[in-house]
Amino acid sequence: MNFSEYLKNNIVYLDGGMGTLLQAQGLTPGEHPEKWNVSHPEIITDIHKNYFNSGSNVVCTNTFGANSLKFDETELEEIIKSAISNAKKARELSDTTHEKFIALDIGPTGKLLKPLGDLDFEDAVSVFSKTVKLGVKYGVDLVLIETMNDSYETKAALLAVKENCDLPVLVSNAYNEDGKLMTGASPAAMVALLEGMGATAIGANCSLGPKQLAKVAEELLENASAPVILKPNAGLPEIKDGKTKFNVTPEEFAEDVTKLIKKGLRVVGGCCGTTPDYIKALTEKSNALKPVEIENKNLTVVSSYTKAVKFLNSPILIGERINPTGKKRFKQALIENDISYILNEGVSQQEKGVHILDVNVGLPDIDENTMLKTAVCELQAVIDLPLQIDTADVVAMENALRIYNGKALINSVNGKEESMKAIFPLVKKYGGVVVALTLDENGIPETAEGRVEIAKNILKAAKEYGIEKNNIIFDTLAMTISADPKAANETLKALNVIKNELGCHTSLGVSNVSFGLPNRDVINSVFFALALENGLSGAIMNPYSAEMMKTYYTFKALKGLDENCADYISVAENFSSTVIENKKETTSVSDNSSSELMTSVIKGFKEKAGEITKELLKTKAPLDIVNNEIIPALNEVGIGYENKTIYLPQLLMSAEAAKSSFEAIKEFMSNSEKTSSKGKIVIATVKGDIHDIGKNIVKLLLENYGFDVIDLGKDVPPETVAQKAIDTNAKLVGLSALMTTTVPAMEETIKLLKEKAPWCKTVVGGAVLTQEYADKIGADKYAKDAMETVRFAEEIFK
Amino acid sequence: MSITVLTKAYKNLPFNKKEILRYADCKDLSPEIEMLLDECIEEATQTLSYKACYCILPVNISGNTIDFGAFKVNSEKLTINLKKCEKAVLFGATLGTDIDRLIMKYGKLSPTKALFFQAIGATMIEALCDEFCKDIKAELNVKLKPRFSPGYGDLDLSCQKNIFKLLNCSKNIGLTLNDSLLMSPTKSVTAFVGIY
Repeated sequence: MNFSEYLKNNIVYLDGGMGTLLQAQGLTPGEHPEKWNVSHPEIITDIHKNYFNSGSNVVCTNTFGANSLKFDETELEEIIKSAISNAKKARELSDTTHEKFIALDIGPTGKLLKPLGDLDFEDAVSVFSKTVKLGVKYGVDLVLIETMNDSYETKAALLAVKENCDLPVLVSNAYNEDGKLMTGASPAAMVALLEGMGATAIGANCSLGPKQLAKVAEELLENASAPVILKPNAGLPEIKDGKTKFNVTPEEFAEDVTKLIKKGLRVVGGCCGTTPDYIKALTEKSNALKPVEIENKNLTVVSSYTKAVKFLNSPILIGERINPTGKKRFKQALIENDISYILNEGVSQQEKGVHILDVNVGLPDIDENTMLKTAVCELQAVIDLPLQIDTADVVAMENALRIYNGKALINSVNGKEESMKAIFPLVKKYGGVVVALTLDENGIPETAEGRVEIAKNILKAAKEYGIEKNNIIFDTLAMTISADPKAANETLKALNVIKNELGCHTSLGVSNVSFGLPNRDVINSVFFALALENGLSGAIMNPYSAEMMKTYYTFKALKGLDENCADYISVAENFSSTVIENKKETTSVSDNSSSELMTSVIKGFKEKAGEITKELLKTKAPLDIVNNEIIPALNEVGIGYENKTIYLPQLLMSAEAAKSSFEAIKEFMSNSEKTSSKGKIVIATVKGDIHDIGKNIVKLLLENYGFDVIDLGKDVPPETVAQKAIDTNAKLVGLSALMTTTVPAMEETIKLLKEKAPWCKTVVGGAVLTQEYADKIGADKYAKDAMETVRFAEEIFK
Repeated sequence: MSITVLTKAYKNLPFNKKEILRYADCKDLSPEIEMLLDECIEEATQTLSYKACYCILPVNISGNTIDFGAFKVNSEKLTINLKKCEKAVLFGATLGTDIDRLIMKYGKLSPTKALFFQAIGATMIEALCDEFCKDIKAELNVKLKPRFSPGYGDLDLSCQKNIFKLLNCSKNIGLTLNDSLLMSPTKSVTAFVGIY
């Protein structure tokens, strides 16, 4: 019987700990246990055999850390080959008659993935791939990915398995006491990610004993439609009389795990501190139990690196603002590669209460493939909302889905053969919930019936790709009533049938309904209410629209989806009543608002500075505001900082306030002319260094003083810096390094710049640098702080 | 020789505002700045975790070389620090990845806040180390020498490799070592602490 068949109707027993047993046999601390496959095969074989004899159905090869980061190619192959041969020998030697399988064990690399650490996602995939290929070559029955404490690395490992074999793959994570992974993922988020990608079973192991992991196991059971694994430690280690002991006995362990088997666990075993005695106690205690049937949860769920967002009864808001369509300032940001602008849109929408962020960066004159990938990376590094990947470019779609840290919402597929052929395989491979537009080769049917028919066809086709209806959300296409007065009716009717008769979730780009009409918000919000009543599950909408948000909160309160109307009450006071028309509220601008702007910048009032600037722009030329208000204010603060009467936080607050002024001006000018720049400066934190706060401060100040700053980020190779200096013909490059170990990278960068871009001056800064150091590595200037960099730049560009 | 690596976790360590302001290079607290700082502290409170893993090692000094049993280290300064110690605690401690995310996020959105999160991280990782050492001191009923970390004086950063291997920091507390020998998450410390 193969493993998958066996799993269908049985409780599967894994093995227990390996490390603790090897230490008892003389493995020294810090020594690689994997090497023992080669040096002590008889000991490894014996441990495997003891597990088989204690009732384990699966033993895991002693390959936890067997990867190409730790071992060279030859040694890695030798280790994995021996490990598998040891396990096979153990299977032959074992005298019990139950089913026995061998799992290739894959543990974490021990590195954190970018951007938190220095291991690239694709590099992680290829590290795991090497191990998987060797496992397949020497013959295993299944793969166990275990003890992963980061969702992103888990995804890399699972992707590597899926791309290199068809073996069943169990995936188990190490959860903290707070019930989350070290990088923040909840069990529900992990289930979404892993089920989406087609893991055979999903679970938890290591870190804690069975009692402490019970909650995690229960949350996994609640969410998973796949079998759930639990492989806890024998409690926690304690030192007693100089000896290490784990504080849970085999009997207690067996009892605790058995309780959870009764709740539905299907794959069980032990981790650190457990021995064949634990597995024996567990199998004896639970052998007679009938496995609990696994219920298909039919969840429609997407996830981020921390959390799962489920489509249930309460409507889901999908923020539409990260999209250049019709937004001049956004287009400009994309062209200028202004990531902060995009992040800001993400954070602001999150503050407004959206559940998912739509990400669309398609513009005719930008490389969407690269831009989408960058935007997804940057957004998912700092915002914990799931993303909707929104693109018509299939290659860009695949690349974004690949590096997405979670299960994405995918926008979109439609009823055209070609579209389904391109998109469904991606949904299957990377996981995701896909938005399906009810249109096909013949266009958008005018009637609701026609759209429902297309929905049915899409469902049928999806099934052939192995995609169930819970992973499809239908968009019945809102179209403007200004062109066709019946448009809204048909959309709503189709929505209703798909939700209530086909039992599928739905979404709409709500605001399309009012295209071409005045005061669109009013129509949008009423249409939104009607759509919600007809079964709209997820709305792609503008969360800055007060009318839309009013509708959302009111609908929830009226439908009993808001307990005690708590959400409604918490936001209601912010809803201005539109009944009193005449008392329009505006920021009053008095005559002395000029000096008010100066004060705001000096004091660091970010929002106020932006608002006052917007008002001033109605009457004053942008350049006058800059020269007469902002620059004098910045100068005052800058001089104060240099004279030590003002400290760094104040300097930064002012700079941020000035930036918000400049942002208002930029927005105003993007409608007319281009802003003038004093000159281009490339800045970067050097290779190997991941500290960038200093560099960011310098960037902010340089921008405030009118320079065009090209920020290459952190951990930037010398070649990239030099290339950018050449491409932009920059006269100045700023480099930052925090550690003595990364100063050599700075030296290398300067050397390369001198060779490839000899016209370019360099300014360096960072905690470990001194004038002496800067001279030694050949920098043109050492700046002790950001203001000094500004002064130097002004000199260079004079 | 058997060396056991144990872990400890702490909750709700108090925030020392004065110390945070010192790290932020701010000697004067205006109401606006205080408000902003409080906002940052509030946000950090929800995300910081405090974890450490450690083991007790034997100390044998000859010349400028210290033999910790599992590995040897060359450092005159550490030799002086560990003089007369027969044992030492080796530990790794970290605030986790969330503080790095906050610094990254605000680095792009509000450098003032990024500066404060940076300062909060620096203050709290020290606070965690203090708390951990206090704990160990009480538990073992011993006296402890000042902490000594790789990178201090003549103790080369390259010894981080052995430290990470021995403590298995990545598995135990999610602390990893980059190729350039920097640690991720960044708000982390490894150190030797002499026991006497």
